[in-house]
Amino acid sequence: MVELATKHDKELENLIWKIAEEIPDPEIPVIPLGDLGIVRGVEIDERGRALIKLTPTYSGCPAIQLIEDTVRTALENAGIVAAIERVISPPWTTDWISKAGREKLRAYGIAPPQKTSSSKPALFESDTPRCPRCDSIKTQLVSQFGSTPCKAHYVCKSCREPFDYFKCL
Amino acid sequence: MAKANDDLFEYLIRLGDDHLILGHRLSQWCGHAPTLEEDLALSNIALDMIGQARSLYTYAGEVEGKGRSEDDLAFLRKEHEYHNLMLVERANNDFAHTIIRQLFFSVYAELLWEILSTSGDEKLSQIAAKARKEASYHVRHSAQWTIRLGDGTQESAARIADAVKTMAPNIQEMFDDDAVLQRLVQTGVIGDVAVLKAAWHISIAEIFSTAKIDTDLLETVAIGGARPGRHTESMGHILAELQYMQRTYPGCQW
Repeated sequence: MVELATKHDKELENLIWKIAEEIPDPEIPVIPLGDLGIVRGVEIDERGRALIKLTPTYSGCPAIQLIEDTVRTALENAGIVAAIERVISPPWTTDWISKAGREKLRAYGIAPPQKTSSSKPALFESDTPRCPRCDSIKTQLVSQFGSTPCKAHYVCKSCREPFDYFKCL
Repeated sequence: MAKANDDLFEYLIRLGDDHLILGHRLSQWCGHAPTLEEDLALSNIALDMIGQARSLYTYAGEVEGKGRSEDDLAFLRKEHEYHNLMLVERANNDFAHTIIRQLFFSVYAELLWEILSTSGDEKLSQIAAKARKEASYHVRHSAQWTIRLGDGTQESAARIADAVKTMAPNIQEMFDDDAVLQRLVQTGVIGDVAVLKAAWHISIAEIFSTAKIDTDLLETVAIGGARPGRHTESMGHILAELQYMQRTYPGCQW
């Protein structure tokens, strides 16, 4: 009986992971939540109740409420009632964006983060990401803050296209 | 025990109010900044700061234990119940004033979050660890502008000097000590904040030297001791705008 419950719990846990991880990010729909690294855990307690932990990219991420609602709805559509917990520790880092996620960003026209979060930038240093369109390294920072809090605004000096860079955090 | 919670609540409110009010001030630039890129940058920093305030208020409400939500704390207090620095109320005025106000606060905030990230209070340390990373981008933004303007044209240098003179009286209040802070340091909730002032001056001096701004401008008579509920005239105007919706339509939600 106990074993049966455990097996069922494991399946439920996996199903919740799968559903949540495949939901697209509302601001960058090309990248699913799983690749973004914001699904932080799924727990099933001894009474079979499910809990899913999500984390915002930035403290002020305006999308987090919508993300939580979307996850809740997607789970409900699959017949699953799960509590959602917003966690902030450990703080989200761009290191958690998967390799596949980075490739999806690039294909979409957003240069993926270059470094690891531990490499704290010097005051006047700026990253030089490759242009996601023409792959040139002749790129220039326009503004540290782009169209969303998680991105910086760059321009490519080779193809002259502006682009977003997912900055390291 | 009640006393310890009172102190923590007070501290969270101070920090939350600093971030809410400065975030609100920055949001007033939305649609008015000198360039589109800067409009986005200032709005993004505002978003970070208001997000940090939300975490602090939510936790403050839990610590207080009277069922007050982040919205109750942000929108439904009276003027004297906000315990922010006077610095963050200062008018946006021209762009140089906004940048210097931001530089002063962001350098302070980054150093403070660093100290708080090892707080003996687990929740506060978590909020701080996240905010610290965001604050370092804010420092870079305002430092780069300070240098561009300070070492720019005669006009921009004059304006940045005027901004430094205007904000300088509000430097000391960031480092004011009181019984609440002392008790929190004693109980390990906050680390050694006494080192903040020297560290802040070192960072600012470094930026000012590159920006060719005279550090003598920082020396002035302080306006301060403001923390528990004293404000400049600006605060009433800020709250009138900030609280309008909640006061007019109580309980209104998005």
